[in-house]
Amino acid sequence: MNPRVAVWLVAQLHLWLGAFVVAVPMFVFIIETIGMMTRDERYDNMAYEFIKVSITAYSLTAIMGGLLSFCLVLFYPDLFKYLALIFKESMFAYALLFFAESAVLYIYYYGWHWLQGGNRKWVHLTFGLLLNAFGITLMLLANSWTTFMMSPAAVDAAGVFNGNTWEAIHNFLWNPINIHRVVANVAYGGSIVGAYAGFKFLSAKNKEERAHYDWVGYNANFIAIAALLPLPFAGYYLTAELYAYSQQMGITLMGGVFAWIFIIQAVLIGALFLSANYYLWCGMGRSDGASRYNGRIKFIAIVLVAAFLVWFTPHTLVLTNSELKSLGGPYHKYLGVFGIMPAKNTAVNFLLTFTFMSFMFYRRANKVATVSWATTGNAIQIALFTMGLINIVTLGVYYGYFTNTVYKVAASIPQVLTTLTIIIVSTVIDTLMYKGAKDVAPLHWGRMPARSQYALFLLAVSFTWLMGLMGYVRSGIRQHWHVSNIFRDASPDAYTPTLGYAANVITVGTIIFMAMVIFVFWLSTISGKHVVAKGYWKEQA
Amino acid sequence: MTKKRLIPRLLQLVLIIIGVYFGFILLFDVALHQIIPKSLLTMYMLFVVAGTAMVFTFTEEGAQELVGPIKALVEDPSKKMIRNVVFVIVPLLAGYYTYTSMLPSFEAPMELRTIHPAPPSKFKAFGKSYNLTTLQNPYRKFEKEDPAKFKGLVKEGGDVYIKNCQYCHGDKLDGNGPYASGLNPTPLNFQDVGTIAQLQESFLFWRISTGGPGLPQEAAPWISAMPVWQDYLTEDEIWKVILFLYNYTGRAPRSWANE
Repeated sequence: MNPRVAVWLVAQLHLWLGAFVVAVPMFVFIIETIGMMTRDERYDNMAYEFIKVSITAYSLTAIMGGLLSFCLVLFYPDLFKYLALIFKESMFAYALLFFAESAVLYIYYYGWHWLQGGNRKWVHLTFGLLLNAFGITLMLLANSWTTFMMSPAAVDAAGVFNGNTWEAIHNFLWNPINIHRVVANVAYGGSIVGAYAGFKFLSAKNKEERAHYDWVGYNANFIAIAALLPLPFAGYYLTAELYAYSQQMGITLMGGVFAWIFIIQAVLIGALFLSANYYLWCGMGRSDGASRYNGRIKFIAIVLVAAFLVWFTPHTLVLTNSELKSLGGPYHKYLGVFGIMPAKNTAVNFLLTFTFMSFMFYRRANKVATVSWATTGNAIQIALFTMGLINIVTLGVYYGYFTNTVYKVAASIPQVLTTLTIIIVSTVIDTLMYKGAKDVAPLHWGRMPARSQYALFLLAVSFTWLMGLMGYVRSGIRQHWHVSNIFRDASPDAYTPTLGYAANVITVGTIIFMAMVIFVFWLSTISGKHVVAKGYWKEQA
Repeated sequence: MTKKRLIPRLLQLVLIIIGVYFGFILLFDVALHQIIPKSLLTMYMLFVVAGTAMVFTFTEEGAQELVGPIKALVEDPSKKMIRNVVFVIVPLLAGYYTYTSMLPSFEAPMELRTIHPAPPSKFKAFGKSYNLTTLQNPYRKFEKEDPAKFKGLVKEGGDVYIKNCQYCHGDKLDGNGPYASGLNPTPLNFQDVGTIAQLQESFLFWRISTGGPGLPQEAAPWISAMPVWQDYLTEDEIWKVILFLYNYTGRAPRSWANE
């Protein structure tokens, strides 16, 4: 057994499962609250179903966490001892919090139907809040150990720790990682429960079941997309902080040896956005009123695909010798401009804006606004989108290519703000405009083609793979250091593996994880089944 | 009820994909005289195909119309002849494609190299130690303080460049000097938006003074032919040539502070 691969795979599996079980209670809490406020029991049932799925995953997370500690002690005892000395207080707190979280989770899950109605519901929601507080705190503590290895704090050049626990926890990259992980976990959790809904939809035995799981899938996809929209910005902030911490790490990450993994990342993010959009477009088939919008979808698709082509065009091209000779170097005169960040930022803002447009079309598909100012409202929205997109392009092209780097990097912020303004203002206008709107035709939950459910699976698999790849890069940029510039990796595996090898390890990990997820889905299916074994038990008098 | 179309949906899909494919080739290879690399075109087409297929299948009628002819080809008894022909041709084409792509050739394999070394925090040159995070071009300040002097320094840098650097990096700074075709990796093109425009002047100072042998151990072998210029130029000459590189290309060096 290769120690590096063992720790790598176990840590990655622990993280995938952990991300899922930290995320699920967040949106379960929100869905349960929606159910309580609207008194719509469907939300309560859906929230319960999600937590039911996560409960088995919770045990698997704990098993993987235990296995990871075991592997670290067994294969890297000196590193573990060093980290344990610095983080002993927080590791102890982690263990205690884990007990508390388990207790709260069991009360929350097993007490779901017991704590119903009136004050009991409030008590149940309080347990939900506590569960989230414990879960997130656990994640933040574990993040600090990881980020300490990247950006150690309160240690001298010889690695001697001379600070307190808080200084070690609050190291330079801790908060950027925290923000990125919290947002990404929600998107990831949404995609996994989306896959669950897809699994149940495809195996549904009747129309009602299909309608229910179609609705669940729609909500899960909504959660995934809602968290996916701010995710590129959280990632950009993390990377900018990483560059600020160490230019060497930054360049190794995005310009150097790991740059090709970012191209794979771009392709996978492409798959994420396309499958999320495709699911929305297919969803328009739930009502007959939506066909009015069908003709416009192709324009959204053209923009999305064009934005993707820019998004994953590498700066340094992979060329055959004859191509190299013909181009006169590894950079393309025209396509080279797409290889740097201003082009990528512009492309991703277009992607987000047009994904939001898909969602707006979906929302409006079956409705006709009845307010008197509907025409004006539409005109304002069209103006908002047009001006916003012009602003994004101007910022990207002018500040990205015709000013110095300070403005290049800074221009990304107004670009993001433009996108967020479009999304928020448009949502507000739309909500007001479609208040009391008429339905064009009845909505048929369950009238979804099977291929739309495979889009949900693709979303979950792409997310998993993506997290594995980027997690490897985050860890790999330490190169031959366990703790950057402090604690050198002296093992025979201290070298950076080839990209192909790394991709293979992560792919195997993804397959193992997806197998575990399917196992979890299957368990939730059999838990509700009752077989009457006639003649097996002796008759009671 | 599906509409009767002039061009069947399946054919529309195929025509769009072929059209985009040849559109790329026409645009780059013919109109712009800068070929589109095969690796990039393959990636582009992957998403073009995915996007087109999505548009054609997001409605149930669209999907049925698209797969209808394929289903008919497989299931319709009256299409036996054409089915047999397709079932022979498709595996043959797949086999031919596999054979030609696996066939050994004399062409060197493609390199997945990203020539963008990560700088160390400190390095040694001219018998001194330099801190890359704080190092600055001592002449940069004259750009505002004394433009006439700055112009003179840029000219001196230009002389150094023409005498030493243009043989590889080219007299237009586009990486296409007389010796460039003999080198792999090819000399850096300073005109490109993604090269010196993205870098601090201290990075250039490090790269020029320590050359190929000064590249970091990580991601080796670099196989760079860049000479160790601290053996041939003075520290001042290197800073001046850096001024020239930015001035000639019209790019500004990367800096962390607002001007």
